[in-house]
Amino acid sequence: MSPDQSLPLLLSLAWLVPLASFALIVLFGPRMGKHGILASYVATGAILTSFLLSLTAFCIWHFGHLGARGDVAAVHASHEANDHGDTVGESVDDSIMAEHATLEHAGEVHEGGHAGHGLPTEPSKAYTKDMYTLAQIGKLKLAVSYYIDSLTILMFTMVSFIATLIHFYAYGYMHDELHEVVDHEVTLSDGHHLHRPGRFHRFFQYLSLFCFSMLGLVIAGNILMVFVFWELVGICSYFLIGFYIERKSASNAANKAFIVNRVGDFGMIIGLMALWASLGTFAFGDVGGEQGIFSTVRPADKNYELTVPDGMVRYAAMDQIAAGVEPTAEQIDTWRAEGYGYWLLVIAGIGIFCGCVGKSAQFPLHVWLPDAMEGPTPVSALVHSATMVAAGVYLAGRFYPVFAPEVLLVIAYAGCITLFLAATIAITAVDIKRVLAYSTVSQLGYMMLGLGVGGWAAGLFHLVTHAFFKSLLFMCSGSVIHATHTNDMRRMGGLRHKMPWTAYTMLVGVLAIYGAAIPFVIGFSGYYSKDSIVAQVLSFYNVNPTHGGIFFALSVGGAGLTAFYMFRLWFMTFAGKPRDHHVYDHAHESPKVMYLPLVILAVFAVIVGFPWFPFSVVKLLEQARPVGVGATSFGYLLPTLVYPEEPLSHSPAIHGLAEISLFFVALAGLVLSAAFYVFRSLNPEDVRRQFAPIYRLFWNKWYFDELYNAIFVRPVMFFSKMVSNFDRRVIDGAIDALARGVRSIASIDDMIDRYLIDGLVNVVAAWTYSIGDSLRSVQTGKLRQYVMLIVIGTVALTLLIRWSVAATT
Amino acid sequence: MHLLTQPVGVSHFLVVGAVLFISGIVCMAVKRNALGILMGVELVLNGANINFVAFSSEFLSGGSPYSLGLDGQFISLFVIVLAAAEAAVALAITLNFYNNHATVDVDRADELKG
Repeated sequence: MSPDQSLPLLLSLAWLVPLASFALIVLFGPRMGKHGILASYVATGAILTSFLLSLTAFCIWHFGHLGARGDVAAVHASHEANDHGDTVGESVDDSIMAEHATLEHAGEVHEGGHAGHGLPTEPSKAYTKDMYTLAQIGKLKLAVSYYIDSLTILMFTMVSFIATLIHFYAYGYMHDELHEVVDHEVTLSDGHHLHRPGRFHRFFQYLSLFCFSMLGLVIAGNILMVFVFWELVGICSYFLIGFYIERKSASNAANKAFIVNRVGDFGMIIGLMALWASLGTFAFGDVGGEQGIFSTVRPADKNYELTVPDGMVRYAAMDQIAAGVEPTAEQIDTWRAEGYGYWLLVIAGIGIFCGCVGKSAQFPLHVWLPDAMEGPTPVSALVHSATMVAAGVYLAGRFYPVFAPEVLLVIAYAGCITLFLAATIAITAVDIKRVLAYSTVSQLGYMMLGLGVGGWAAGLFHLVTHAFFKSLLFMCSGSVIHATHTNDMRRMGGLRHKMPWTAYTMLVGVLAIYGAAIPFVIGFSGYYSKDSIVAQVLSFYNVNPTHGGIFFALSVGGAGLTAFYMFRLWFMTFAGKPRDHHVYDHAHESPKVMYLPLVILAVFAVIVGFPWFPFSVVKLLEQARPVGVGATSFGYLLPTLVYPEEPLSHSPAIHGLAEISLFFVALAGLVLSAAFYVFRSLNPEDVRRQFAPIYRLFWNKWYFDELYNAIFVRPVMFFSKMVSNFDRRVIDGAIDALARGVRSIASIDDMIDRYLIDGLVNVVAAWTYSIGDSLRSVQTGKLRQYVMLIVIGTVALTLLIRWSVAATT
Repeated sequence: MHLLTQPVGVSHFLVVGAVLFISGIVCMAVKRNALGILMGVELVLNGANINFVAFSSEFLSGGSPYSLGLDGQFISLFVIVLAAAEAAVALAITLNFYNNHATVDVDRADELKG
């Protein structure tokens, strides 16, 4: 089978297997073995199958299918290897530097010539086709279609791999749910704790649906299908965050996640409508001769530069067309040059990005993600690494060709603010999972910032590496919680003696997110991905000093904060002396089914970033890079905005500076953290008192919840209370009065019926009865009497007739 | 005119029928024995039969082209058949009554009173 048949087959199977598992558990869940224990086998088996299928697809792609882009990728990868292999200053690629030098004196028009830097000049290899047309209503086509390129395959393998490990882990973690659960966090009105049956099977049922939705999102070949699975992922997260539904906090958190996501989705729907109304298609790629969104926005005859599609120009110039101007091709080009329709492209881009903001918890919709910690830890691991939050970044990456430079700037600002805000909150948090949650938000900010400053590969690279180490970190924290039954880091300490596997795998995760490395030689995965983001930020800064300055400062500063709070977490949990002996004495290492996934993930957290690997993530991403993306581009609404080519950031001058600055800032964070929590040369209490206002600001999460409460929740509550009063007083009052009127009329009717009609009927009945009763005595049952009566009667009748006849004649 | 002075005609048969009928009625009215009453019934029926046969006499039908001349006889035959059937049923009832009450006194059989 050729790849264009086998890849869709493998991936759609991999996508549908979790759905089958979900259906099976829905139907037979509680009857699957004792307390539904088999449900976990079914779900784990399904996701494992998915992983194996994805892996097969991965291998097919990798060994048989590099195509023309392979060379490009190799060039790029060698850049990467060069940077890390050589010291700064050496082996400067003159042409790149010269190119960059001109860019630094920005403003002048930049001519093509991307080929020299290893940017692709032809569209990336992608298979796209409709699998099933749901409906075709006029121009509106609703189809289930796939779009498979190396990004899809990479995401598939990553998601199913991490999900598989999480399934195994969850088998151990959720063991409590196998028998009746006493929820100590729920107190009933009678003062007792809640007793409820275990929900083991239901947990796995949701996990399966979650995996199915995420894989569907990744394989989706049109934006509508993305939206459908987007919502499915949302509802799954709702189920899973609210898994302990009896806890008020859990159900609130689930609602919050759901509602905040709806806010983002509203923007996404606007983006969708803008795209469909002007382009008439939802498809990403060209399906069956019909032009998809990508090729419309970046047409081949315009050298794959971002072009406002004809449909949008036409839409914007509607007035002129109505006034009689003929929309010929030349006229449309003129309009386009005048900027018609550009705003529509920007709206579409920002709209789509709104959805990403909701899902990926970017500022200002970041408030739901930390609350999502109310779900069981395996869910947090899944939500925070491979599925839900990754979906936003993935979509931003997938939709990248459509984003105008102005949209990218918005993305960059959102990401930059997010990464800094979340990092500052993380340094004061004391709940082990919440530190990680804010860390996720912060890292997602990095990805968005990377994407927003033109680093397509950098942003998505960080998505992949982050998925590995963040799931590792979350599962480690889950293991700690499993052992200590508390989330509060202030009650931990010294746990590395009790649970070495967890402690040291978590250390690997911490080092990976910290970006530990011997600069320019080798490092953990986070080192490569974060460096490439910061390098791109720096490259952006060189040509846009106004915007770039804050990006660079915050992204490098954020790395320091990351180092500080991650090591703070590890030190507080595992290092030093136990703070709470009760907790310490009861702590124990988790079962094998829980820590083996940790070990596997730890290995991957180290190696997944290596760019010189044959299976390198960077190479795969480079193969998927949409053509035209990453080339130099200029803003239209903001004419001074320049996006440098992404490969320029690999020049040693830029990358080297990024690496050095990151290294030292992160080291400073680490040293500070160690000074606080290991050597105790600084007392956290003193510092807290010293910087009380700032501490309070961070501790209260920049008062975002309070702010939203004041701006949105209270007015809405006030308004709804008014509406409710109006409803209760006016509308209900009117209806009650009406009801009373109807009742009184009905009661009169009832009187008439009961006394008049029923009375008449009763009188007749009584008569009939009394007549019948009086006639009863005639029936004596005496035969001879009857005969006599017949005779007498006959004679009497005869005589009567005789007389009457005689009388008449 | 006197019946005894007339030649035998329909009237004579009617008189015999009437006598039989009245006897039957009287028998039914005065007998307390169920079997006696059944006999009375037979008398009543046969009184009627005689009337039918007499009425079908040639002298009465007058050679009507629509009459076979045997109508009365046919009706009598039917009545005889019905009487046989009725007697069988009535005897069955009587026997059952005897089984239940050890008597055939019809005055005791007043269970159908209203």
